[in-house]
Amino acid sequence: MPADTIASGLRRIGAGAIKAVTRVGFSARFFMVVLSRTPDAFRRGRLTMREIYFAGVLSLVIIMVSGLFVGMVLGLQGYDSLNKYGAGDSLGVFVGLSLVRELGPVVAGLLFASRAGSAITAEIGLMKTTEQLSAMEMMAVDPLARIVAPRFWGGVISMPLLAALFSVMGVFGAYLVGVRLIGLDSGAFWGNMRAAIEFWPDITNGIIKSVVFGVAVSLIAVFEGYDAKPTAEGVSSATTRTVVGASLAILALDFILTVFMFRGIGG
Amino acid sequence: MTDAASPPAAAPASPTENAVEMTGVSYGYDASRLVLRGIDMTISRGKVVAIMGGSGCGKTTILRLIGGQLRPQAGRVLVAGQSVPDLDRDALFALRRKIGMLFQFGALFTDMTVFENIAFALREHTNLPNELVRDLVLMKLNAVGLRGTAELRPAELSGGMARRIALARAIALDPMLMLYDEPFAGLDPISLGVVGQLIRELNDALGITSVVVTHDVYESLKIVDYLYFVSEGRIIAQGTPEQVKASQDPFVRQFVDGAPDGPVPFHYPARPYSDELAAYAS
Repeated sequence: MPADTIASGLRRIGAGAIKAVTRVGFSARFFMVVLSRTPDAFRRGRLTMREIYFAGVLSLVIIMVSGLFVGMVLGLQGYDSLNKYGAGDSLGVFVGLSLVRELGPVVAGLLFASRAGSAITAEIGLMKTTEQLSAMEMMAVDPLARIVAPRFWGGVISMPLLAALFSVMGVFGAYLVGVRLIGLDSGAFWGNMRAAIEFWPDITNGIIKSVVFGVAVSLIAVFEGYDAKPTAEGVSSATTRTVVGASLAILALDFILTVFMFRGIGG
Repeated sequence: MTDAASPPAAAPASPTENAVEMTGVSYGYDASRLVLRGIDMTISRGKVVAIMGGSGCGKTTILRLIGGQLRPQAGRVLVAGQSVPDLDRDALFALRRKIGMLFQFGALFTDMTVFENIAFALREHTNLPNELVRDLVLMKLNAVGLRGTAELRPAELSGGMARRIALARAIALDPMLMLYDEPFAGLDPISLGVVGQLIRELNDALGITSVVVTHDVYESLKIVDYLYFVSEGRIIAQGTPEQVKASQDPFVRQFVDGAPDGPVPFHYPARPYSDELAAYAS
């Protein structure tokens, strides 16, 4: 391989690495600025409520329907596996723990990134493309306080609520399959679940995960929208980056959080 | 007609009479390529001044420097006697409350009605009761002849109407300086005439100063007091409309006559055509 080809390849890798590190630094600074605008977002509570409606309420259908089906599938698969070991009555425990600890926050986070995160990025990116953000700046109104901070906090507040609803719908789906369809004892289903799942650490850890995912998805969504190139292609790329970046962030953060939360297990 | 080195005919003697002063301003979006090189410009209070030039010559950058959205790499930008690049965020926002800006395509907020768009700045910066805000919005809408559109959404407006609504929004806080970025772009002849007339009438009726960035020579010559011509980041000519009409400067003549070739070449720089054809054939 010629030396100049290797040098060119190394240059490209180096340039890519510098660009990536610069973006991480820029997004960290952006995060700090958004946090500093938080009082503005909550002083104008109507704006944040509106964003909770757009990010949260309008995501209810996909979250609840997905939760129901995931729970029903878990019910079928779980019963099939557990019954082989004569533990079919533990279906409630299996489904409850799976949903509260992992599937609720993670799957709800992935759906939230696709549904609300992409919408937030596209909206802010289009506002930038059509000079609405510049117009706001020229009217002496800070777009970070008026546009970005309410969307960020709308997402952060919505995410744990959506994850909780996902888990509730999942448990209900498993109940429909396990109790109503297969014929498990209703008392055993609910009783075993109540006995096995504790508020601390199971539910609390699920809440912590969903809050962290909410911060990650919302930050990526507002940052990509604000940083989008003001062209149709730029907004399209930013929206894609939000969905891919937020999904990968959720999976990576889930692993890191799980390591810390359940490090005592087996030890 | 004066060349770039001569003092502007409309320039007043005292700096306090100037709404905008730019001295030796240079700016580049990256270090290797300067968009503006040593711009000197004086805009007197109460005047309508046009900044003209071809696409990409740096006209809009001048507006962004005046509005403090960009900071010059060299030179001085004064608005109402204040050095814009030296202002902190609060002082810059305080100055911007006295500046209105009309963007090229209106930049109306698409999630709001026309009424809410115009009320936006009033609600953000004042504690006026709703009844008074309503009266002020209707007054601004009436000034641009579109009082009947208050409840429409921006998507329901034509290009000309959107531009007039944006103009009403820009004057909502009664600015002392109006900046217009290509106000005539993409308008039909009737809308173009209406917008041009509004710029002049609002300027005189409200006693403000207007800076109009445009490449529409015909419409500009009808409404402005003074013109600057910008090419490749420099002011290459300036004068009153009469001086511009009478000018024999090749660039000004090409611009005013709309000639396809001249100091601004028709062809983008390239290798000789015959060389390119020969290379392809071989």
